[in-house]
Amino acid sequence: MAQQILNGVFVGSIYALFAVGYTLVFGVLDILNLAHAAVFMLSAFAALALTEHGLSIWIAMPLGILAGGVIGIVLERLAFRPLRGRSDSNISGLISSLAVATVFEAIALQLFGPDISRFPQGTFPDRTIAIGGASASLLQLCIVGISVALMAVLTFLLARTRLGRRIRAVAESPRAARILGVDVDKVIALAFFISSALGGAAGILFGLAFNSISPDVGRSVELKGLAVIILGGMGSVPGAVIAGFALGLIEVFTVAHVGSSYRDAISFAVLFIVLIARPRGLLGRAAAREA
Amino acid sequence: MTALLEVRDLRVGYGHVEAVRGVSFSVSAGEVVALIGPNGAGKSSTLNAIGGLVRPASGSVKLEGRELAGLPSHAVVAAGLILVPEGRAILHRMTVLENLIAGAEARPWPGGRGEARAAVETQVRRFPSLQRRLDQPAGALSGGEQQMLAIARGVLGRPRILLLDEPSMGLAPLLVRQIFEIIEEINKDGTTILLVEQNARMALQTAQNAYVLERGEIALHGPAADLAKDPRLQAAYLGGDVA
Repeated sequence: MAQQILNGVFVGSIYALFAVGYTLVFGVLDILNLAHAAVFMLSAFAALALTEHGLSIWIAMPLGILAGGVIGIVLERLAFRPLRGRSDSNISGLISSLAVATVFEAIALQLFGPDISRFPQGTFPDRTIAIGGASASLLQLCIVGISVALMAVLTFLLARTRLGRRIRAVAESPRAARILGVDVDKVIALAFFISSALGGAAGILFGLAFNSISPDVGRSVELKGLAVIILGGMGSVPGAVIAGFALGLIEVFTVAHVGSSYRDAISFAVLFIVLIARPRGLLGRAAAREA
Repeated sequence: MTALLEVRDLRVGYGHVEAVRGVSFSVSAGEVVALIGPNGAGKSSTLNAIGGLVRPASGSVKLEGRELAGLPSHAVVAAGLILVPEGRAILHRMTVLENLIAGAEARPWPGGRGEARAAVETQVRRFPSLQRRLDQPAGALSGGEQQMLAIARGVLGRPRILLLDEPSMGLAPLLVRQIFEIIEEINKDGTTILLVEQNARMALQTAQNAYVLERGEIALHGPAADLAKDPRLQAAYLGGDVA
């Protein structure tokens, strides 16, 4: 039981980290960024390439996260900013982000090939630690620690800093934000940077955890990330954190007690049930965004 | 008095409709100037164009000689032109205190965070009803309280000129009087104010100079006290003697 909880928290922390970035952009722009999973993949490849060039994972990881953030800014410029202000920007942004995701995957395919890539041996110390009746690898514990720390930093940033207040102002009403002197385009670009850096961090941790990176690695978390942000309440960062851990735990318990072939079926069944009881998700609020 | 704000031949259009047709006026440092007129006269369009929320089709908006027309709203705010818009644009999900802090963050304070914090406390003392509800979501405030919050937030932006759009709209008569007392108080503290108001009577009592807008053009202008006695204005907007 303790082992299953530990494994669930470990998987859930990656889902949650992926989803908080996903939901942050939705909260600010009201648009799903379908290229989030491609940024997840590119950051993982960036960290992998840096470790292959002899850099320590502790240097490659922050650089990979930074690369994710920069890719996010490029993504915003290419796929979202040109469409802003159009009456159909929600659906056109969805399609253009899907297009950019396809381009990103093609670039990765060209650079790294279709096969699974793995981090060099010894990238991370192979050590097991006993916790109560369970055991976890040092890598698993670091992944949980890094994920929780990044989510805590995001929560602090949104709640207590000037940039956080500006992001929340733009999310609630771009017009009110403009009246307050906020450069809305700049804040949206910064939100993309933060969102993509977090998505990139999730990609690097996922790549380390399963030691498997391929151009389509993002697809394995894309749908789950979407389920997490719907379950948590679209645009809600705390909701995404709770739902991410919940999904991780549900998956691990399903595999242990029902069977691995039922993993996704039961996870999505839970999503349906929660949405029947709470149509806006766990911490979702009524749509109140102004133009 | 020197002209702080100079608006020349301002034109604002929405598609084929021209809402503001060559409006010119000026506001001197330290005064309250009222823009009055009927619904649809172009008052709010004029204010939104000055505040950078709407791009004017042509014309000039100069603050202390610096051209602001066509600049994005954040650059206009940075120059010191702070708008308290019609409908207030309060951030409903944020707390009252967060709204005030966001207002104080619109422009940098010479004394840094300490001075900004002291300014927030000063505004909180000015509006006791806000003081009691600092930690509540701003969306839970009444209409009058939201208007007070919007004005306090505007003052915290350290305006060179404060643009107030229909501050009395939708408020009970007692609250309207209170809001106008606050506007006079803010002006006495040294803030220049451009006031757009449908309540012509109150606006002319508060302002030193006024302009009457009709169908997107200036129809009358002059000292507010003189305009209040103008028979054309009395017949159209005041329904009798102001005094």
